[in-house]
Amino acid sequence: MKLERTVQDDKTVVTVVGRLDAMTAPDFEKESLAWVEGGDRKILLDLADLEYISSAGLRAILALAKRARASGGAVTVCSMKGMVAEVFAISGFDAFLPVAADREGGLEAF
Amino acid sequence: MELVEERVFEAERGNIGDITAFVTATAERKDIPSGRLPHLELALEEALVNICTYAYRKPPREVTVRLLEDERRFSVELVDEGIPFDPLEEAPQPDLAAPLEERSAGGLGVLLIRRVTDEVHYRREGGRNILALVINRERRTP
Repeated sequence: MKLERTVQDDKTVVTVVGRLDAMTAPDFEKESLAWVEGGDRKILLDLADLEYISSAGLRAILALAKRARASGGAVTVCSMKGMVAEVFAISGFDAFLPVAADREGGLEAF
Repeated sequence: MELVEERVFEAERGNIGDITAFVTATAERKDIPSGRLPHLELALEEALVNICTYAYRKPPREVTVRLLEDERRFSVELVDEGIPFDPLEEAPQPDLAAPLEERSAGGLGVLLIRRVTDEVHYRREGGRNILALVINRERRTP
């Protein structure tokens, strides 16, 4: 798993590359909570290059979304495909996190 | 169902990758549609994380992975000698409609297992927990 973070105005775009599973989710959680600590508020997770996610990955994204919300921010996800989109739908995560089809739509969602 | 292969692994999270590689290599040979491999991999990870986390209070911590088939189905049986635990009955039911603040992450693994497999069965047999994850095989046209 690799995270590529870029800041655009008041928004942070993070591309999540690879796999978000039981082995990598703790790294995601640690790094992503540090962004909120560092002042990031509007965080867009671009999942176009995320190949695989399990409940451990969902839990890490939930932890980030809660922390961002508690700090007055928000998390949006975009560009999900394949099994990642399927897992989001099954778990109902697409009901409480704004989901956009592409990055442009994701940036507009805040 | 007929046994295809069986291998014993140490029940450690660090082995989930090796176990997945062992299972998917055989699944591909046994005509599991390639679109179903992520489902098998996901169900396997969720079940193995449970076993690695809860099954054993002390060593030896082992999980036997048994791969079985019949004409129609491919089954992965995970066998552990840990404390009796039926994840299908005992895991909490997640509230999928809860708002973000109230949303907890418990029970998601079992929900995912149920939804991405074609069948899932638990049985306790001879002091062992046996969880069977079943995926239907592709029908071959004659």
